[in-house]
Amino acid sequence: MVSAYSQYAWLIPLFPLLAFLILIAIGKQLKAFGVYVSVVCTLVSFVLSVLVFIERLGGNMEGYTWNQFKWLQLGDVNLYMGFEINNLNALMLIIVTLVSLLVNIYSKGYMDGDDRISVFFAYVSLFTFSMLGLVISENLLMLYIFWELVGVCSFLLIGFWFRKPEAKAAAKKAFIVTRIGDVGLFIAMLLLFWYIPGHALDFASIHNAVADQQIPGHIVTWIAILIFVGAVGKSGQFPLHTWLPDAMEGPTPISALIHAATMVAAGVYLVARMYDIFLASPEALAVVAAIGGFTAIFAATIGIVQNDIKRILAYSTVSQLGYMMMALGIGAYAAGIFHLFTHAFFKALLFLGAGSVIHAVNTQDIREMGGLGGKMKVTAWTFAIGALALSGIVPFSGFWSKDAILTEAFHHNQLLFWVGLIAAFFTAFYMSRLFFLVFSGKQRSEYEAHESPVSMTFPLIVLAVLAAVSGFLFTPFNGWFGSWLTGRTVTEEASAIVMILSTLAGLAGIGLGWLMYGKRSVSAEAVSGRFPQLHTLLYRKYYIDELYDFVFVKPLKKIGRVCHAVDVYLIDGIVRLLTGAGLSLGKFAIRIQNGQVQSYGLIMLLGLLILAVALAGRRFI
Amino acid sequence: MTDAIVTPYLTLGAILFCIGLYGALSKKNAIIVLLSIELMLNASNLNLVAFAKMGVNPSLTGQIFSLFTISIAAAEVAVGIAILIMLFRNKGTADVDEMDSMKR
Repeated sequence: MVSAYSQYAWLIPLFPLLAFLILIAIGKQLKAFGVYVSVVCTLVSFVLSVLVFIERLGGNMEGYTWNQFKWLQLGDVNLYMGFEINNLNALMLIIVTLVSLLVNIYSKGYMDGDDRISVFFAYVSLFTFSMLGLVISENLLMLYIFWELVGVCSFLLIGFWFRKPEAKAAAKKAFIVTRIGDVGLFIAMLLLFWYIPGHALDFASIHNAVADQQIPGHIVTWIAILIFVGAVGKSGQFPLHTWLPDAMEGPTPISALIHAATMVAAGVYLVARMYDIFLASPEALAVVAAIGGFTAIFAATIGIVQNDIKRILAYSTVSQLGYMMMALGIGAYAAGIFHLFTHAFFKALLFLGAGSVIHAVNTQDIREMGGLGGKMKVTAWTFAIGALALSGIVPFSGFWSKDAILTEAFHHNQLLFWVGLIAAFFTAFYMSRLFFLVFSGKQRSEYEAHESPVSMTFPLIVLAVLAAVSGFLFTPFNGWFGSWLTGRTVTEEASAIVMILSTLAGLAGIGLGWLMYGKRSVSAEAVSGRFPQLHTLLYRKYYIDELYDFVFVKPLKKIGRVCHAVDVYLIDGIVRLLTGAGLSLGKFAIRIQNGQVQSYGLIMLLGLLILAVALAGRRFI
Repeated sequence: MTDAIVTPYLTLGAILFCIGLYGALSKKNAIIVLLSIELMLNASNLNLVAFAKMGVNPSLTGQIFSLFTISIAAAEVAVGIAILIMLFRNKGTADVDEMDSMKR
């Protein structure tokens, strides 16, 4: 098959890279024009991605691979760089470029007036480049390089307003916690490099090696679990989830881009890409499903008591990523990827809507908001669509994707099904709590709110449309998405029980939220007053940050102080000793120079003697 | 007294030279230092004359050369005393330990 556009797919990441280079070089002079550079480059990438995607719609499962660039030669092992396009990649390309494009447009309005705006767009373009490179990577080493680069961009963007100490701390925390996961991925890479015949790390070789069972069984399990550790770090699953809520210190557009739609999806993407390894190890799949399911309900319970609008959405992201991991763990590959697809749109929509609200009222605490529905109609309506999609209400996209996951869970693992169902109830509850506290009721503090500019509302509308209709690609009545993605006909069993139960859970959550926060007939304070310890436990995020601080951070700081003392006293001490010795020797020797002729004469005599002995005395030795 | 050997004269010359060297390097009074230098020069004169009479090629050259040495020593002492008198006038003392203006 002649791939007209796939062979040019390597250009897709290069346009945002070009935007980054331009903005880094002359961004200060461009000032506001830099926005257009970034938007145009992302638009070009998006158009190319659409072309590549349309070309792959034919249903051909053959991927397009190009790996002719010999990067390193170590003895008889060659490391190549290249790119690969298959159906999963093409889908991810669309997601990343579309959300990036919309975030770029949105940021023009949101970051307007910031004096470092060119730097912001430079970083966003660099991130887009890294994410696109990650997605089309042909081998695991290249993926790891882009994986780290995405982490760096996340660090730069979270700490964008670096004068705020919380932003600096959050950026460091994000990078360090994800780095812990990356160590797992690196060890997995080393194990694969060791065991695969030919030491090749490209995905085709990995697939072949696992299929031919050339790697011992327990090693496959270890590799799979270590890869999952990398995904846990990047996707914010328990126990490495602590960085995601703190990452909300960054500007809201990048919370939408990085921490909702794309970077955190990289973990799910990694597991999906290496799915052959996971399929070869049922223990690893069980671990994935268990951690995914636990995270889903764990984060949802924390989200119901938070007061910062972005933190609620952050915990929601952690929870939904748990759903995706759970789906991949129980073997529902198509359902998990479909949920990634729909989640990218409605979560980005929710974050951008939250940004619109924050832009209008200058606070992030939902207790201080209220009554915004009347004044910000576009934001309110699009936010409502996003919230309904997230809560899994028919016919929005979230319903179909969550339903796919829950149906698979119902047939494979009943415990995970109930966990997912309860988490869905909590999800609906906290979203309706958020919606009613922000958009309905009376204004609870002083502000003049008006609708956001077109540059901000246009992406909201686009994403709302996508959140509404993208679900119809994979329903029990139309399994096109599943068949296209996996190459096998995936018939989603239409289970009426699951559909009814999930809809009931969603409606119950919304109903309870409306009663407590919309109509105010059930007082929230009374409920939290009945269980104060439980409320505090949830509000303080199960004290996990405090636990990590006590177990890891403080000891490490102590070790750091010890090392610092060693550095100052021992190592610097040795250096000072050497300089001191030189100086003392000098001070001692200078006593010879006392200006007296007789001393000089004596020294000369001694020198002459030594010379005479050295020259003439050789004969006697 | 045929076959007279040169060694005793050389030994005496060496001893005198060492005494002169010791004096030149360790005496406090500048005049004594000059005196010690004279002693060293005269010790070398002794060597010259001994080799002239009892050395490998006995000839008169050694004795003539020692006359040169004596006259040069006399000239050098004259200059030395003149410098010493100028120093004494400036410093007020003839102590060589006080002359340390080249000290680092």
